[in-house]
Amino acid sequence: MKTSRNMLFKIYRYDPDKDAKPYMQEISIEIESTDRKLLDAMVKLKAKDDSISFRRSCREGVCGSDALNINGKNGLACLTDMVSFPDGKPIVLRPLPGLPVIRDLIVDMTQFFKQYHSIKPYLVNNDPLPERERLQSPEDREELNGLYECILCACCSTACPSFWWNPDKFVGPAGLLAAYRFIADTRDQATNERLDNLEDPYRLFRCHSIMNCVDVCPKGLNPTKAIGKIKDMMVSRAV
Amino acid sequence: MTLSYSVRKFDAVIVGAGGAGLRAAIQLSEAGMKTAVLTKVFPTRSHTVAAQGGVAASLGNSEEDNWRWHMYDTVKGSDWLGDQDAIEFMCKTANECVIELEHYGMPFDRLDNGKIYQRPFGGHMSNFGEKPVRRSCAAADRTGHAMLHAMYQRNVMVNTQFFVEWQALDLVRDAEGEVLGVTAMDMETGEIVVFHAKATIFATGGAGRIYYSSTNAFINTGDGVGMAARAGIPLEDMEFWQFHPTGVAGAGVLITEGVRGEGGILRNSDGERFMERYAPNAKDLASRDVVSRAMVTEINEGRGCGPNKDFVLLDITHLDPATIMKRLPGIHEIGVQFAGVDCLKEPLPVVPTCHYQMGGIPTNYLGQVIVPQGENKAVPVPGFYAAGECACASVHGANRLGTNSLLDLLVFGKSAGETAVKDLKSGMRSHKPLPQDVIDKTLARVDRLNNQKSGADVHETRLTMQRTMQKHAGVFRFKDMLSEGVTKIMEISEQVAQTEIKDKSMVFNTARIEALELDNLIEVAKATIVSANARTESRGAHVRDDAIDCPETPDGRNDKQWLKHSLWYRDGNRLDYKPVQMKPLTVETVELKKRAY
Ligand SMILES: Cc1cc2nc3c(=O)[nH]c(=O)nc-3n(C[C@H](O)[C@H](O)[C@H](O)COP(=O)(O)OP(=O)(O)OC[C@H]3O[C@@H](n4cnc5c(N)ncnc54)[C@H](O)[C@@H]3O)c2cc1C
Ligand code: SF4
Ligand code: SF4
Ligand code: FES
Repeated sequence: MKTSRNMLFKIYRYDPDKDAKPYMQEISIEIESTDRKLLDAMVKLKAKDDSISFRRSCREGVCGSDALNINGKNGLACLTDMVSFPDGKPIVLRPLPGLPVIRDLIVDMTQFFKQYHSIKPYLVNNDPLPERERLQSPEDREELNGLYECILCACCSTACPSFWWNPDKFVGPAGLLAAYRFIADTRDQATNERLDNLEDPYRLFRCHSIMNCVDVCPKGLNPTKAIGKIKDMMVSRAV
Repeated sequence: MTLSYSVRKFDAVIVGAGGAGLRAAIQLSEAGMKTAVLTKVFPTRSHTVAAQGGVAASLGNSEEDNWRWHMYDTVKGSDWLGDQDAIEFMCKTANECVIELEHYGMPFDRLDNGKIYQRPFGGHMSNFGEKPVRRSCAAADRTGHAMLHAMYQRNVMVNTQFFVEWQALDLVRDAEGEVLGVTAMDMETGEIVVFHAKATIFATGGAGRIYYSSTNAFINTGDGVGMAARAGIPLEDMEFWQFHPTGVAGAGVLITEGVRGEGGILRNSDGERFMERYAPNAKDLASRDVVSRAMVTEINEGRGCGPNKDFVLLDITHLDPATIMKRLPGIHEIGVQFAGVDCLKEPLPVVPTCHYQMGGIPTNYLGQVIVPQGENKAVPVPGFYAAGECACASVHGANRLGTNSLLDLLVFGKSAGETAVKDLKSGMRSHKPLPQDVIDKTLARVDRLNNQKSGADVHETRLTMQRTMQKHAGVFRFKDMLSEGVTKIMEISEQVAQTEIKDKSMVFNTARIEALELDNLIEVAKATIVSANARTESRGAHVRDDAIDCPETPDGRNDKQWLKHSLWYRDGNRLDYKPVQMKPLTVETVELKKRAY
């Protein structure tokens, strides 16, 4: 087995402090077998050219910092295997699509978090607080699996055409997944208000079930399914 | 380039939005205080998100438990270096703090009766050390994620004001030693602001990145600890670093001790369950320092696995696959991603990996930062509070028990917040005028980076520091290596003062951020190796070859000489010591004895 190979990267670069417009930088480095993940390679690239800018923190797929567009598909650099890239083909890195670029691979996530905040992402329960924990059966708790694990990386929302066109009006898959996380929680008492909040031609109904979001979620979550459940609840509430 | 700055006033400024910072923020926001929470990353990206195994509380949901047993275990785990007043406070307050989280909406796993699920964890025993007890409250193996998100969500509910992607740079202290806020940089624009506050709370997390192999995130660079040291605050017990037994070999990513809690077993190249020899009672669930040393001993004696015989195996193939997928789904994912191993079918390759900083900014159980002044070794610094991994309360002493850190950040995040609210409400704190030179230190640092020519490379210098720490102050420590290490780290610290970055942009300059972080890392590294070199005994995570094992000093622990906290001062690179608080708040002292599992 070859232990190292030379790989070419094409990286989206833009520094508003000095660049009139964005450009693609070509840069190649030697990748060793110990550089398991794309993030390892990017750290090496940065050691070579310290101006290459990107976010990263946990390097294990739980903090949601290093989402970017890798060869045309959104994903996390820290969970992308270097061996998945074939020899001889450049690796093209771009910022997440559809959000304003602050610099290089760093996007402005304001709109994304605004939508997350708009669904009131906290448990609402107005009963007097019990002295101990509220009880919840293991089966009811299981309803939250596939929902609570979201890391707010924005891979999904920035792969969603409806979000690209209406980032200010359409909540987007991540926000809707979070909305359903609270609706599905037996401890939450605000289901009606939550549905009211989404009853709008844009906020929920711009989702046309194209499933791009499911396709890119690095945590294997399924926003489309959650959205479908909210839609069903809207319908059954209407009759 | 001219550097200017502006001033913004708040009642309180909290630096850090991990578990400790968010918990403190809830306290201040609920009390209606005008509060700014500064964080280098969006709050849910803080490293608390990576915690896996659980949070300790003697809820007794599965079997009998009580906080006195928890307290005993924590004192014993600390190798008697923990302060017993703070430990009592933490163990007693644990249930209330965990229940609060549930009320905030944290999705804990549940037992059939609907109560919070609890699992066994290393060093947590029932009836004063008898046998393992289920004390760790867990949300699968994603407890930190579930907790951090729940606390962020609560902060959204109570309208906390966040300054996201702002890097605090220096502590503002006036001539009387009072703390008046921090200087900070907006990472997006490069703008520098003085946050002028009546109360300043540090919750900046740990500095695990001083070592080469670490379970910590890139951002865990000890910024709060470095800022405090530069402002003349001593650092407590920095020689004590926890090496977690099970980091993925090569990658450093953590495999929670919860795996052993659920029945996982460590094996050497002979397939032997070697922990039976080192800890006949607790076996694989002995305290972390004990397990890590056993593993290194196995490897050193040639019973390691793999082509280089440099790791051991963590085996869960005998467990029910359904249980693994339900209780440890994240571990399965980590095995596949970072070890290329399906843990249902094959054992995981693991090695001891730097994990947790037991020492830090000295505090008491109220979350106040305390420093020696004359004869009194514990005088609060007016306006300054700290909690979480950056602080040293000290509840972990020489070795932390698993799941006690998430508890620490809840309990002391809350108490630091409460104390600050009390001080603010009493009118005791005002906006004292800022000193003339308030921004000078910060501007000098930033200016130097803008102008430095032919200096040291940041990436290379950091790497050299990390390798040096790994080699000279690792799981086992050697007299000669330590003293050589001190010299080397002091040399590296001179290079750190001369680092150069090529990128001079004002916009989201990550090269500059990393250079400024390195200023903090090096303070932590210095404190660690100097304190370790001076402590000529073995205690908890600090084990030296020259400590003598005899009846007076069993396992090399020398209570006569060394039952005391180290305090390292940056100025003069000097050490001082203060006594351990052996007296709890209300109960009897847990008396000194030999530590065995
Ligand atoms: C992989 C892993 C697993 C763990 N599992 C467990 C477990 O199961 N149970 C347990 O009890 N403990 C566990 N621990 C330990 C525990 O998670 C940490 O000790 C704890 O989360 C630290 O919390 P914190 O709030 O102090 O800091 P962090 O969560 O690290 O947060 C630090 C905050 O400070 C901010 N910050 C830092 N510097 C600056 C600056 N200069 N300016 C502005 N903001 C700044 C950061 O942005 C961040 O918001 C684990 C640790 C690791 C690494
Ligand atoms: S399924 Fe809906 S939310 Fe997901 S990508 Fe398609 S339109 Fe967007
Ligand atoms: S649903 Fe998946 S892709 Fe979307 S933000 Fe959450 S983790 Fe990321
Ligand atoms: S660095 Fe945290 S998700 Fe990749």
